[in-house]
Amino acid sequence: MREVPVQRITEEVARLSQEANCDLPEGVEKALREAAEREESPVGREVLRSLAENALIARQDRMPICQDTGFSVVFVEVGQDVHLVGGNVYDAVNEGVRQGYREGFLRKSILDHPWQGKNTGDNTPAIVHLDIVPGDRVRLRFMPKGGGSENKSRLAMLRPADGLEGARRFVIETVEKAGPDACPPFIVGVGIGGTFDKVAFLAKKALLRPIGTFNSRPEVAEFERELLVAVNRLGLGPEGLGGRTTALWVAVEVSPRHIASFPVAVNIQCHAARVKEAVI
Amino acid sequence: MGEQRISTPLGENEVKALRSGDRVFISGEIYTARDMAHKRLVEMLDSGQDIPLDLKGSIVYYVGPTPAPPGRVIGSAGPTTAGRMDPYTPRILAQGVRGLIGKGRRSPEVKEALVRYGAVYLAAMGGAGALLSRHITGARAVLFEDLGPEAVYLLQVKEFPVVVVNDIYGNDLYEDGVLQYRLDDRSNFLIF
Repeated sequence: MREVPVQRITEEVARLSQEANCDLPEGVEKALREAAEREESPVGREVLRSLAENALIARQDRMPICQDTGFSVVFVEVGQDVHLVGGNVYDAVNEGVRQGYREGFLRKSILDHPWQGKNTGDNTPAIVHLDIVPGDRVRLRFMPKGGGSENKSRLAMLRPADGLEGARRFVIETVEKAGPDACPPFIVGVGIGGTFDKVAFLAKKALLRPIGTFNSRPEVAEFERELLVAVNRLGLGPEGLGGRTTALWVAVEVSPRHIASFPVAVNIQCHAARVKEAVI
Repeated sequence: MGEQRISTPLGENEVKALRSGDRVFISGEIYTARDMAHKRLVEMLDSGQDIPLDLKGSIVYYVGPTPAPPGRVIGSAGPTTAGRMDPYTPRILAQGVRGLIGKGRRSPEVKEALVRYGAVYLAAMGGAGALLSRHITGARAVLFEDLGPEAVYLLQVKEFPVVVVNDIYGNDLYEDGVLQYRLDDRSNFLIF
């Protein structure tokens, strides 16, 4: 058994929250620049170049990429040979969020109750997804999820008869409805299969995959390619002002399904696809 | 589609010259307001109070910035989704506001009010808060300070970049721009 003090988790979460908000993953920045080369709309080209420049400024000035520094979604994978000591793991994550959002001058956007809410003042509580995995490491992935794109995400319990074609239409329709409100170009996370709760989680998890990486199953990768082409035929373009670059990437995760159900979930992610990882 | 430089306050003629698709650089002073501030402003009007802001010819920016780090006047400051302000917007426009800055589609009621009151809806670049922050040279809370990032601020801006989406002639760039690049008929996918 390897002992890991939960204090280490606090430290890493505090660091990752600031890094994630100010340092756009390299792959996304590269995709923005490449899209700017291909984009046919002059306004679209300019927007894409500005978004890449925004990423540079954010990194240089330690200024958040976007003012919506998100709900703190933290994926924690704990190796089964790890013994966490020194406190409660959820408290440790929240303490990291508290410190990171204060020290990093990040926006606090969480209300403590859906309709009687007041701001918790420190961006806690985080959404913590805890998973037990083989090994003796702790893997942390920090994803600040903004409200603008999260609000445009959707879930449908399709009929098995609707099948893959139904899923295709639902994804495209969701992207079209998201439109300019959710700050395209998007990264589109799609879940197919499982139950009502599982499919939403799959769509979220799809957004963890680095841009440019296809699903390892060939038939799913094929569907990802197809969806990316299809959503880019919508014409929304950067910021929805018209153009060819509506999405930079589509990632699909699948799961076994019930014989009666065909769940599909689409988690829309704006270009600020902020994910940072640490291994303890 | 032209490029224009404007300064606040905006007069009728300046607004008339702005066309959907124009790139515009704003200098001068603009107000910020988002969900809670809009709610309170409309509540003030409902109870017969005057709004203690100089709204004639003004521009309202929908933004909730991050806290200003040391040595800066403001943090990251990109636009928030404008549609959430739609229920309040016609009332705000009736106060003489000439420009709205946000991102995303507006309701038919708002588009109609823009034409009626002679005001424009301008899109700032969503998700470019760090870049836009560099165009803000001053910030001072002027109303509802208890709301923190949702308070009404008066911002000093320099060449703040926006695109005209809805002009006073009823044009909408979100519709026209997309149609230019759309390759599929909507009926191909709108079934649910």
